[in-house]
Amino acid sequence: MAKIIYIEHNGKEHVAEVQNGLTVMEGAVQNDIPGIDADCGGSMSCATCHVYVKEDWYDKLPKKEMGEDDMLDQAYEPNSKSRLSCQIMVSDDLDGLSVYIPEKQV
Amino acid sequence: MIKTDVVIVGAGPTGLFCAHQLGIIGLTCEIVDNLDKIGGQCIELYPDKPIYDIPSVPECTGEELTNNLVKQIKPFKFNFHLNDRVQELTNKNNNWIVKTTSGKKFQTQNVVIAGGVGSFEPRKFPTKSAEKFDGTSVLYSIKDKSIFKDKSVAIFGGGDSALDWAIELSNTSKVSLIHRRDEFRGTSASVKKIKELSKKNIINLFTKYSIKDVKGNGSLEEVEIKSEEGEIKILKADYVLGFFGLIMQLGPIAEWGLNLDKKVIPVNTENFETNKKGIFAIGDICTYPGKLKLILSGFHEGALAARGCFKYAKPNEKYRFEFTTASNTIKNRLGVKE
Repeated sequence: MAKIIYIEHNGKEHVAEVQNGLTVMEGAVQNDIPGIDADCGGSMSCATCHVYVKEDWYDKLPKKEMGEDDMLDQAYEPNSKSRLSCQIMVSDDLDGLSVYIPEKQV
Repeated sequence: MIKTDVVIVGAGPTGLFCAHQLGIIGLTCEIVDNLDKIGGQCIELYPDKPIYDIPSVPECTGEELTNNLVKQIKPFKFNFHLNDRVQELTNKNNNWIVKTTSGKKFQTQNVVIAGGVGSFEPRKFPTKSAEKFDGTSVLYSIKDKSIFKDKSVAIFGGGDSALDWAIELSNTSKVSLIHRRDEFRGTSASVKKIKELSKKNIINLFTKYSIKDVKGNGSLEEVEIKSEEGEIKILKADYVLGFFGLIMQLGPIAEWGLNLDKKVIPVNTENFETNKKGIFAIGDICTYPGKLKLILSGFHEGALAARGCFKYAKPNEKYRFEFTTASNTIKNRLGVKE
């Protein structure tokens, strides 16, 4: 279980307790946090669960797997802290992780 | 005006199998899809990715699944209307009049929406100023490459479309290729060619840059790009091309007066009808308690929606359940010999 902090583009914060083994995307969807669409359902086939990981957390996360950057090319305004939230698996180590939700997904 | 029992919106696996079920029970249908090919997400998003959860098919790709579904409905000779989008639905004397973007018109008793998560559209530049030039000098696809001859063209993107067009247009135009990172997702042969052309100064290559602004008085004159560190460069450009892949938009479906729950349509689980009589929704676009977004669920939903269409298409007939193994009527429809 980890506490994940989702910060909307307008600054509004949502804190969700997310079970280990779920993804950061699933944590958002199950807790009705707006701004993460996840159109493809987590198969790394769209780019609508895009988040910006908070600076000090970015390097602590497991590295991107092949294909994630290719999808991020197609995201709305990606930057060097961009991740697809469906590819971040929650574990105890991620307790306190903060992610910023982009202005829009599409 | 094309008359049919059912119009299916979406040629993905769910729409295709629903067409099969309509054919089996003796109804006609017309299938409309916004993409230029049959297969929906299976073809557009993951043609080569293996799927492992189609019953009795241990492993197949999206492309194989699509090809088999198309083969399965071949006996019914249904028409596909590709590269076209259902724009408008209006009710007239218990019939639905369906209009498409290209101007086609259908008269039908039933519409089955099998639209996945909406229609695929090109992802556009986030910059507001790009809208002003959209369709004239800011483009997301190329119809006539001769307009770029002897012009300055700035191409954004890192996939095959961006790379292939950069290579192709560099023969006749002054091409800049801009991509947000060092790596490209295009084929390695194209990436190699791009690097060669860049070395010979035939293509201006800018990596780790993205678009900031487009400017021009009347016509487009320049494009501003910025690096992640905030460094800004100004490039002369008559045309700006963006190749960022496709995104899915609900589009006109949202305007048809259907109940919507976020981006999906609530249906009953008896026949997958929506809040509008004669309009059904199946596959990823429908929702109900326990909904699973699996292709197999879409097949089930399509089979039941097809039966739901029957009572409106043939109000004076009673639907009779039959097995394909035993029914001669069905075998005739499939064109198989005894």
